[in-house]
Amino acid sequence: MLMTTLAMESETIAGAGRIEEATQEAVPAPLQSKLSIKSVDFFYDKFQALYDVSLEIPKGQVTALIGPSGCGKSTLLRCLNRMNDLVPEARLEGEILFNGKDLYAPEIDVVDVRRQIGMVFQKPNPFPKSIYENIAYAPRIHGVVRSRSEMDGLIEACLKRVGLWDEVSDRLDQPGTSLSGGQQQRLCIARTIAVEPEVLLMDEPCSALDPIATARVEDLIAELKEDFTVVIVTHNMQQATRVSDRTAFFLLGKIIEFGDTSNLFSNPENQETEDYISGRFG
Amino acid sequence: MTLTESIEYLFTGLAVFGSGAFALGFHRAQKISDQGIRLNSRASHYGAYALLWFALPFIALASGAVLLHLQQIFTFPLGLALLLAFAAGLLGWFHAMRKISAGLRARAAVERVIAWALLAAASISVLTTIGIVGSIFFESVRFFHIVPLWDFITGTEWAPETAFIQSQGEARAGEGFAEPKFGAVPIFAGTFMITGIAMLVAVPIGVMSAVYMSEYAPRKVRAFAKPLLEILAGIPTVVYGFFAAVTMAPLVVKAAEFMGLGASFENALTPGIVMGIMIIPFISSLSDDVISAVPNSLREGALALGSTRAETIKKVVLPAALPGIVSAVLLGVSRAVGETMIVVMAAGLRPNLTWNPLEAMTTVTVRMVSSLVGDQAFDSPETLSAFALGLGLFVVTLVMNVIAAMVVRRFRQRYEL
Amino acid sequence: MNPEQEQRYQKRLKARRRADRRFRVFGILAIVIAILFLVVFFIDIIGKGHMAFVQANVEVDLHYNKKSSINYRLAVDKEYQKIVSRSVLRVIPKRMKDNPGLRGTSETAWVLATADVDQYLKGKVSRLQDREKEVVDRLRKEGRIKLKFNSGFFTRGDSKLPEAAGIWSALVGSLYVLLITLTCSVPVGVMTAIYLEEFAVDNWITRLIEVNINNLAAIPSILFGLLGLSIIIGVFGAPRSSALVGGVTLGLMMLPVIIISSRAALRAVPDSIREGATGVGASRWQVVQHHVLPLALPGIMTGTILSLAQAMGETAPLLIVGLMAYIPDSPNSVLEGATVLPAQIFTWFSDSQRAFAERTAAGILVLLVVLLTLNAGAIWLRRLTERRW
Repeated sequence: MLMTTLAMESETIAGAGRIEEATQEAVPAPLQSKLSIKSVDFFYDKFQALYDVSLEIPKGQVTALIGPSGCGKSTLLRCLNRMNDLVPEARLEGEILFNGKDLYAPEIDVVDVRRQIGMVFQKPNPFPKSIYENIAYAPRIHGVVRSRSEMDGLIEACLKRVGLWDEVSDRLDQPGTSLSGGQQQRLCIARTIAVEPEVLLMDEPCSALDPIATARVEDLIAELKEDFTVVIVTHNMQQATRVSDRTAFFLLGKIIEFGDTSNLFSNPENQETEDYISGRFG
Repeated sequence: MTLTESIEYLFTGLAVFGSGAFALGFHRAQKISDQGIRLNSRASHYGAYALLWFALPFIALASGAVLLHLQQIFTFPLGLALLLAFAAGLLGWFHAMRKISAGLRARAAVERVIAWALLAAASISVLTTIGIVGSIFFESVRFFHIVPLWDFITGTEWAPETAFIQSQGEARAGEGFAEPKFGAVPIFAGTFMITGIAMLVAVPIGVMSAVYMSEYAPRKVRAFAKPLLEILAGIPTVVYGFFAAVTMAPLVVKAAEFMGLGASFENALTPGIVMGIMIIPFISSLSDDVISAVPNSLREGALALGSTRAETIKKVVLPAALPGIVSAVLLGVSRAVGETMIVVMAAGLRPNLTWNPLEAMTTVTVRMVSSLVGDQAFDSPETLSAFALGLGLFVVTLVMNVIAAMVVRRFRQRYEL
Repeated sequence: MNPEQEQRYQKRLKARRRADRRFRVFGILAIVIAILFLVVFFIDIIGKGHMAFVQANVEVDLHYNKKSSINYRLAVDKEYQKIVSRSVLRVIPKRMKDNPGLRGTSETAWVLATADVDQYLKGKVSRLQDREKEVVDRLRKEGRIKLKFNSGFFTRGDSKLPEAAGIWSALVGSLYVLLITLTCSVPVGVMTAIYLEEFAVDNWITRLIEVNINNLAAIPSILFGLLGLSIIIGVFGAPRSSALVGGVTLGLMMLPVIIISSRAALRAVPDSIREGATGVGASRWQVVQHHVLPLALPGIMTGTILSLAQAMGETAPLLIVGLMAYIPDSPNSVLEGATVLPAQIFTWFSDSQRAFAERTAAGILVLLVVLLTLNAGAIWLRRLTERRW
């Protein structure tokens, strides 16, 4: 399939770099940074939502952002594909580099940013169109698909990728809203990966789903990280331990701790992190 | 005693005796309470109880008598009717006074009457509809006795000028006057032509300004532009009519001449354009509401996939809001079809079956006004034709409104608004 | 994405950006067109109407003598006969009769000039002969002909003479009609709203009433005229052209508007208030009477003022029930023939004399000022009583 070949291509390039570095130093390969957030302050008018946040999001991994509600984790996520541009009087200081380029530089086209950094929302939000049209939407507006058969193939690939093909292949013309909540969320993921973004942002993607649907989406996230860099906001710490490689803990707009997920949960350096993950507040 | 006088007596009597009945009922209850007996309700409830027992029989008899008198079904001396009404009221009041006791549930009784009164008030709107439908329908039936329904619906010629001669009866029959003709096709055609022009103006401008207001406009622009559009909605139609006839029509004629076309001063284009402008705020505010009701998650979903603002609106927001916009447009059409003053002042009087919007043509409402404002006898075919046209107008607008309501209900269900 | 796709995507991106900007411009254009129309409209109406607020007056000698009591034209010198308005001259015999002391005297007074003189002074088309124009020019130089503030426009009733026509009787007629409209529609409308919001259970009667109200709100106004004609005049025998029939017709028409706005006002009162009052033992009606209604009252009043403004400008149904009678004197009761402001505007508009055009526009200006005042009042009331729960 088109997509998988592409994904393999990029992997080999990245892989090559990694091997090269690995031979130079005998330590585990330093992870290539997909997004680097450099001392970002973020304001909603007068209210400051983020204080001096710096974070490296490594390529090909799942990074979880956790913290109590209102700690700024969703705000940070929405800064990463400039969804916060939609909020009037919102302002960002500092810089966010995507593949080494400043996301907020004036010459950057925000449409381009959002194609490369896709987003999945808390509540499944399929368009009130058919399942087919939901996925066809983005490739069509971006003009990356030329023929109907190419589109059919792409849609099949995307639905297979999210494990929805067997469930809906016979009713692609049904409205996307007719699916169950979990299916809708997977449809939204399929819709997002149809234009092959490099990064997938997920804003509490399972909070509106039942446990079974949640498990399926979590499995899917684990599979997706082969091709995409995933950043996931979650309020569920078990979920963070299950799906993520690295975790950042936020409190009141500041990063308290950032590290390997297993380390952070088993052996937190910071007292506040420990209090939070052991359920003393939050 | 004239009717007006006796109605004056009725009202004064009601006020004077009514307050007396209230005061006495109140007093009796107070006396019981002064004896240290606990009343079931407040003393004022007993007053109201006594008042109602006076007023209801009084009003029932009085209004019955007035109605009978007006209809001349049964006329009797008005003084007698007045006396009877007072007697009935007093009888009721006596009954109430006798029943007043500590155990009487006066409040419950009074509130029951209030609840019924509220229901009665609510039914007045239903009676209004029945009145409209009934009056149009029965007069139309009389009209269709004279002019066959089929001729009315399919006839392409409307020439009622000689109708008054016909209504003179046989006396002048056979004098060789032309038959009056009541073919409604050109009238409805003119109506739909002008409505169509109005919608061509109102729909793009209305919908686009709603899109701009709800999707793009900064708060300040919105706060400034929205009230201005509302002013447009508040201008009376007679004023639009004046503007159309005095300012717009010469402009249109000149513009047509400039392009080498001939235009009548009463062309259909002028009232169409002005009516369209009148309907802009109507469509834009309804569309604004439905566009704002489209959940933000859809916008975010589309933007997060890399859509531009315009693509988000055109491909996601507007399709989602489409039912609401369609119903706004349908309501706009129903307004345009029923609009009267603009066309009375700026459109023609003569029915004209043509596709050329620069020619004069007439509309349903114009014909209705011109046949009812003249000095025709009430039962001449021309007067009655206004009711038949009114029936057509009613049917068209009702269908539009019902479809609009159905479409918008589906929209509401989809987003659980 | 492969390079070929990437290329196509980048090529498209520019076109999409342009389409995006274009779409936004369309939106701005739509608003600008609507607002531009409003501006043109107001400039046009003010331009056409403002001159009617001044009127040509002429200083002449009025002779009260035997000749002028027989032929009122002779009350002024021959030269002035085409210049002084007939509305001034024709009352001279009567004035002499009422006041015999006047007989044989003469006085110098500023009086109304004819519409033709007025239009000539204002530089519009006039039917004055060249000879008469010379006289007028001379008088103007002498300062004996002047444009003065047209107070008569506000104090006089309608007239067949454009220079003497005023809007007073139409204003009085409008006032009568609106008073009746209010007394008909407000109590019934508010009671219906209370019934539907506070008392009704969800059954077929309630649904029928609700559907009916929504439909009634969308019925063309002219059909209410037919209702007035065949039921209020035909069945109940109200006199044609009277303020009574006009007011009741408009009252029924405004009913759905008042019901809908009153329901919104009642619904805005939070349920916690109802629950609180019910909790201390108030009956349903007491809850409404003591708590809900007082809290909803500002909202109901705002809605009422707005519907009043709507009724004030309504014309079509009133034409049908005959409220466009020629009314030189203001009506003294609701049963007499009356006219209303918009109908007066329509009557002047339909008059073939050109001098009426200016008065039509001036009447429109008065109407618009009244409506703007009403709307501003409603907005002011809403601001004043705005309450957040």
